[in-house]
Amino acid sequence: MSSLTIRNLRKSFGSVEVLKGIDIEAKAGEFIALVGPSGCGKSTLLAMIAGLESVSEGEIRIGDRLVNSVAPKDRDIAMVFQSYALYPTMTVRENITFGMESRGVPRPQRDEAVKRVAALLQIEPLLGRKPGQLSGGQRQRVAMGRALVRDPKLFLFDEPLSNLDAKLRVDMRSEIKKLHHRVGKTTIYVTHDQVEAMTLASRIAVMHQGQVQQFDEPQAVYDRPANMFVAGFMGSPAMNFIQTEVGTDTDGRPAVSFKAAGGGTATLALHNGIAGQISTRNVILGIRPEHIFRYSPELKAAKPSIAKVEAPVEMVEPTGAETIGFMRFGDLEVVGRFDPDEAPRMGETITLGVDMSHACLFDPITKNLI
Amino acid sequence: MTDATIAAVHDREAAIAGRRHLASRTIIYALLTFFALIYLAPLVILVFNSFREQPEIAQNGLIAFPRSFQLSAWADAWSTYCIGGTCEGMRRNFLNSLWMAVPATVLSTALGALNGYVLSKWRFRGSETLFTLMLLGVFMPGQIALMPWAFILGKLGLTNSTYGLILVHVIQGISFTTLFCRNYYVSIPDDLIKAARIDGAGFWRIFRKIILPLSPPILIVTVIWQFTGIWNEYLFGVVFTSGREQPITAALVALTASGTNVRAYDVMSAAVLIGALPPLLVYFFGGKYFVRGLTQGAIK
Amino acid sequence: MSTAEVDGGQVGPTWRERLTKASPVLVLVPSLAASFIYIFVFTIWTLYISLSNSSLLPSYDFVGLSNYVSLWSNRRWNIAYSNLFLFSAFYIVGAMAIGLLLAILIDQRVRGEAMWRTIFLYPLAVSFIVTGTVWSWLYNPVDGIQMLVRGLGWTDFNFALASDRNTAIYAIIITGIWQSSGFAMALFLAGLRSVDPDLVKAAQIDGASTFRTYRKVILPVIAPIFLAVAVIQIQFAIKTFDLVAALTRGGPGISTTFPAIYVYDLMFQRGQIGEGAAAAMMMLAALAVVLVPYSFYVVWRRRKENRHD
Repeated sequence: MSSLTIRNLRKSFGSVEVLKGIDIEAKAGEFIALVGPSGCGKSTLLAMIAGLESVSEGEIRIGDRLVNSVAPKDRDIAMVFQSYALYPTMTVRENITFGMESRGVPRPQRDEAVKRVAALLQIEPLLGRKPGQLSGGQRQRVAMGRALVRDPKLFLFDEPLSNLDAKLRVDMRSEIKKLHHRVGKTTIYVTHDQVEAMTLASRIAVMHQGQVQQFDEPQAVYDRPANMFVAGFMGSPAMNFIQTEVGTDTDGRPAVSFKAAGGGTATLALHNGIAGQISTRNVILGIRPEHIFRYSPELKAAKPSIAKVEAPVEMVEPTGAETIGFMRFGDLEVVGRFDPDEAPRMGETITLGVDMSHACLFDPITKNLI
Repeated sequence: MTDATIAAVHDREAAIAGRRHLASRTIIYALLTFFALIYLAPLVILVFNSFREQPEIAQNGLIAFPRSFQLSAWADAWSTYCIGGTCEGMRRNFLNSLWMAVPATVLSTALGALNGYVLSKWRFRGSETLFTLMLLGVFMPGQIALMPWAFILGKLGLTNSTYGLILVHVIQGISFTTLFCRNYYVSIPDDLIKAARIDGAGFWRIFRKIILPLSPPILIVTVIWQFTGIWNEYLFGVVFTSGREQPITAALVALTASGTNVRAYDVMSAAVLIGALPPLLVYFFGGKYFVRGLTQGAIK
Repeated sequence: MSTAEVDGGQVGPTWRERLTKASPVLVLVPSLAASFIYIFVFTIWTLYISLSNSSLLPSYDFVGLSNYVSLWSNRRWNIAYSNLFLFSAFYIVGAMAIGLLLAILIDQRVRGEAMWRTIFLYPLAVSFIVTGTVWSWLYNPVDGIQMLVRGLGWTDFNFALASDRNTAIYAIIITGIWQSSGFAMALFLAGLRSVDPDLVKAAQIDGASTFRTYRKVILPVIAPIFLAVAVIQIQFAIKTFDLVAALTRGGPGISTTFPAIYVYDLMFQRGQIGEGAAAAMMMLAALAVVLVPYSFYVVWRRRKENRHD
């Protein structure tokens, strides 16, 4: 088990710079998720950690060892691919032992290792089959088996679950989590699925346009997104952004205001000390959908940070466990999550409660969190 | 209209449709049969004449149902018939073609597989350009290469030798085999190669353990394409070799052109069949792959 | 794309590592060198000979374009290239028409499809030498088709296509079509099979007849295949040598001379290497005239398709 250190890592293809100075440090045993939209550079970063892509600038260390120019096979890593990349002409057993065979591990040892991994992943009955005869979930297991069978310093996962159907994906997700808990290897996990990142990782690196936007623990990334990109990317439905003007409410407390649906102005009082840090006239208010709900005096009494605003309901989408409501705030559509029992109806004008203690304010120019 | 009349109308329509269907089927099969006869005729005539006796051919013409039977034409054509003074039949030329086509096929296919592997899985800066340039070889007319080859084969002492022809065919064939293999290997996922590299396999081990086991379909196509092409080639054969060293295509032209013989159609038919047999066998046994090679060659 | 790893360069790699990294390139080097020599050096070499006064043996005295001037003023060369035009036109149209007809017939869910395909395609496995030889016998007035028909009672039937200098070229055309219409069929059939079956169903629901479905729906979809087949066959036509050598040997007289035949004659029968090289260069030029625009077209079409993806 060892740590992974990435310092000022850069990668260019021709004149296009795809990674613009990445700094990530994974402690031994940590589970790091690299998350971001397609084209953000996360897979390139993973390929560079694996040694499949060359380093243009900067350094990669596994433990204390600088591995910039070390061949993939000598980095002591294992990788699970999105396509699984199982060797189609080999049996499951041969797939799992190919790496050890390449390294000249003697046969009894290989057999022993296969037995251990097959038991761990419950794939004993599949050992004699070819990948073509396996289901998607089984292939996934074999791919993990191939990675687990050696005792590598580092596990790399490249969107391993994205080819599975929804139900299987959830199952495998928790299985990977249990497995990491048991094996405890340093793991780098690339995904575009923020739920996977949230559920699995001990820390998340959110990437966009070749840069790490935020590198922090999952809850911190969710609650205090470093900028509007992270705020919008993490969470579904996405965070609501409302262009507001800074001022005071009728009680003289610091507040933000925006044009409401009817033509009037809605004012939301700011919570706590945040107001003191605002230096601009305008800010962008970020509110997650779960912090917008049906207002009631009892809620307000229990939580003074709740602000009140009226809005017409344009559409509702029941999902079963909750109902998503789309409300009009001036020019904007704002999304809220409702308990199905108190879900609004289409066309209704509803009094909403907005929990301002969870509000995020962003600088409209730099788009960064205030 | 009552239900009964509607049913009757439907029946009549169905009958007309049925008759039209039958008529169109008949036309389709009649046309196919007509063309099939035209296509098969030359082969059938050859086979018949190789077993007919020469006097009977002379009397009834080439295109006739056999009224005599002999096997001696095949034996003559194989080992004793005289072409331009030497009386050794086609055996030597047949073997020349075999010793030319087999090594040239194996070598050019092996090189094509390796080239295709590099150009699809180990690309480097400029490798696409190099591939495009190699493709030009597919279109080169042999005539352009005649004088340079004559010079080079002369310098190497390979004039009038099967080895010379092997060299010519291997180098001419590289473009084709590389094209075939590269286009096939491109469809093998790159992730397999990456996984193997992480598993500690190098360039050669990946080729041996991963690429080669996936290659039989394309290797069969390439081998069939190269073998029939090289076996049937005439220009280089007739220019760079003569007499006993000629491949069978050149020998067949010499045989049928030799004015000294009275037209011995029986022996000549057998000789032509001997020359046609290897590629025909390859075609009948590997037809599926043969067609695949054609269509791939066309989509370059 | 997997790229060969480029060395980042902190620790100097051992010679062994260097060799391993270089092996992809090293593997390619012999083939590349050979292809380079074959394609470029040979072409330039032949070009140079065509500009020299080489006769029986190559010489390297530069004489400008005189070989080309002499070639183009030669009656045989004029016959050769007008034969090439005539042959190309009939051969391409004929082989494509029959090939398309056969492909459509086979596409009608006929029984024994593999058998029909095998029959129509086998001539392609056989060499032009074999084909040419057999057909020269069939065209032979004494023993061939003429004798057969006369034997059937039609005693004044005349069929001496290959023996008449005015018609011998058509004997070559017919044989050429016989040899390669199966090839056109195979490509057309592959094309027909690649057409989206829903398209055909939609046309049938729209009430189109079979004929109309082919004409208006299916054939336009496979239009690129027509062009591909035509280009390949023009290539065959320009390179035509074996077929003529076995069928008519350029005769009667010089009536079926083709460029490739003439190149051979000039170089190896008459010892006019310089002029032969000039004729070979003209063949290359003819191929380039066809293939260069076509490859630009193919690249353009591929780009366009990629954009739509």
